Amino acid sequence: MAVSYWDKEIETINRNELKKLQLKRVRTVVGWALKTQFYKSRLKKAGVNSPDDIRTFDDIRKIPYTTKDDLRECYPNGLLAVPMEDVVRVHTSSGTTGTPTVIYHTKKDLDHWTEMVARSIVCTGATKKDVFQNMMSYGMFTGGLGLHYGAERVGMTVIPMGGGNTKRQLQLMKDFGSTVLHITPSYLLHVHSKLEEFGISSKDLKLRKAYLGAEPYSENTRKKAEALFGIDAYNSYGLSEMNGPGVAFECVHKCGMHVWEDNYLLEIIDPLTGELLADGKEGEIVLSNLTRQATPLLRYRTRDIAFVHKGGCDCKRTHRRLSRITGRTDDMLIINGVNVYPSQIEEVIMRIPQVGTNYQIYLEKEGTLDRLIVKVEIYSKMFRGDLSEIDALKARIIDDLRASIIIHPVVELHEPGSLPVFEGKAKRVVDNRVKL
Amino acid sequence: MKLTQLSVFLENKKGRLYQVCALLGKSKINIRALTVAESEDFGILRLVVDKPEVAADALKKAGFVANFTEIVAVEVGDHPGGLSSVLEALDKKDINVEYMYGFVEKASGNALMVFRFDDPDKAIAVLKEKNIRVVGKKDLGDL
Repeated sequence: MAVSYWDKEIETINRNELKKLQLKRVRTVVGWALKTQFYKSRLKKAGVNSPDDIRTFDDIRKIPYTTKDDLRECYPNGLLAVPMEDVVRVHTSSGTTGTPTVIYHTKKDLDHWTEMVARSIVCTGATKKDVFQNMMSYGMFTGGLGLHYGAERVGMTVIPMGGGNTKRQLQLMKDFGSTVLHITPSYLLHVHSKLEEFGISSKDLKLRKAYLGAEPYSENTRKKAEALFGIDAYNSYGLSEMNGPGVAFECVHKCGMHVWEDNYLLEIIDPLTGELLADGKEGEIVLSNLTRQATPLLRYRTRDIAFVHKGGCDCKRTHRRLSRITGRTDDMLIINGVNVYPSQIEEVIMRIPQVGTNYQIYLEKEGTLDRLIVKVEIYSKMFRGDLSEIDALKARIIDDLRASIIIHPVVELHEPGSLPVFEGKAKRVVDNRVKL
Repeated sequence: MKLTQLSVFLENKKGRLYQVCALLGKSKINIRALTVAESEDFGILRLVVDKPEVAADALKKAGFVANFTEIVAVEVGDHPGGLSSVLEALDKKDINVEYMYGFVEKASGNALMVFRFDDPDKAIAVLKEKNIRVVGKKDLGDL
């Protein structure tokens, strides 16, 4: 299989050289980190007062882990390492308790990110001749803009459509001969189910590849999507804390995602003990961003569970390959590609006075898409006897939830006492989605 | 004279209506009029009963969500145009009917209808002016 590189030298770098580069970069990032309120005290407590305290690769272990909660506590500028005037982009994500997290980027930071995405795209065998239709949301969600700029850097023809509006998506695919899609796996399958309705045959399309990400899916889903459209589908991994997409991507051999280790220091740890795990062992992914100056992030616990494939890849890239994400260490739900914590839902419904004390969250598959059903008990003292009032309550819960978690839920109202009551830890989430 | 209607919030769940009626029967409460307003996943059961306070107590003790709503029961001539003449009188005075439903039995050859008005007091005044009979609490027991 033909293998092409964006930057052959760095992609095929000798592992020892790579480690040296990583160490050098960690030292630089430590220097930046010491300029932030957060790391100033955190690193000093750990005995890291200057980059010179990180002399060997093993010294990196002196750096304590950073967590999502740390990020929240740092909002808005506890992790800002440059003057605000040097910041050219801000990405925030909504938090579980209403406290968001923020990642700042300088021009140079964005440049590094874009390079990683361009490298990822070329790694899949796509070229500037491809027409790239970006079907991920733009805006604060890093999936849209991340791939967008990378694709432009490669020189592809970019169609910045964003998510949704299947009819228009298909029209664009047909009219402009889109060859590469960036899309969630569930949406890709949904699009296929709509072909007939919109009178489009997959033969009318010129699709070659799809980049699948933002939600977990199985090998079978990939195979299904590939067979339905006659394309190659590639797995990708990224998270907003590490810029977004472009952390790891599959090459043409589709045997795990190469983590761009010159830009991201990858560790897999035991989520309970924090102990470092060897390749092949499943654990929590810990990442350090090795080039971002505006928001340095060292040894960040992603809460994603995966393992590193042993051995090299036929593409000759020396960057290690990450398995599919097999789970989470927390209760985060991924609903149609959007990250949602059950506590966000609770936050919203519990501030509505007509809502009682018990609720449940159900997740079902409707076709290939996820459906979020929120079952809510009404508060009996607030019941006035009007149907319109109850309908308005339902509409309000839907609106408030949509504003908070972006997803349009189905809301069911129930009588008090009718939902299951739990002693001890409540089982609020029932996930009936059959794994795709 | 205004009457009290019981409004009961019910999930669309098999046997739920039966449970309400069984409970009322056991509590020796007689249902005079009844309707269900339904939505996708729930309904509101509206009841006129002989002893609303007793009924509400029994329902709440059994865990039902119930509340009182003021309604007006009106005698409507049981002949073509009977209802429209009542509505005409109300319409002329800008009184809005939120919903209405019928009683099980008749009063002295006339049909009995339950009305929920946006302004029940004004509605009663208009009806009286037109000599349309409004049923009182006492009449309810005698039906």
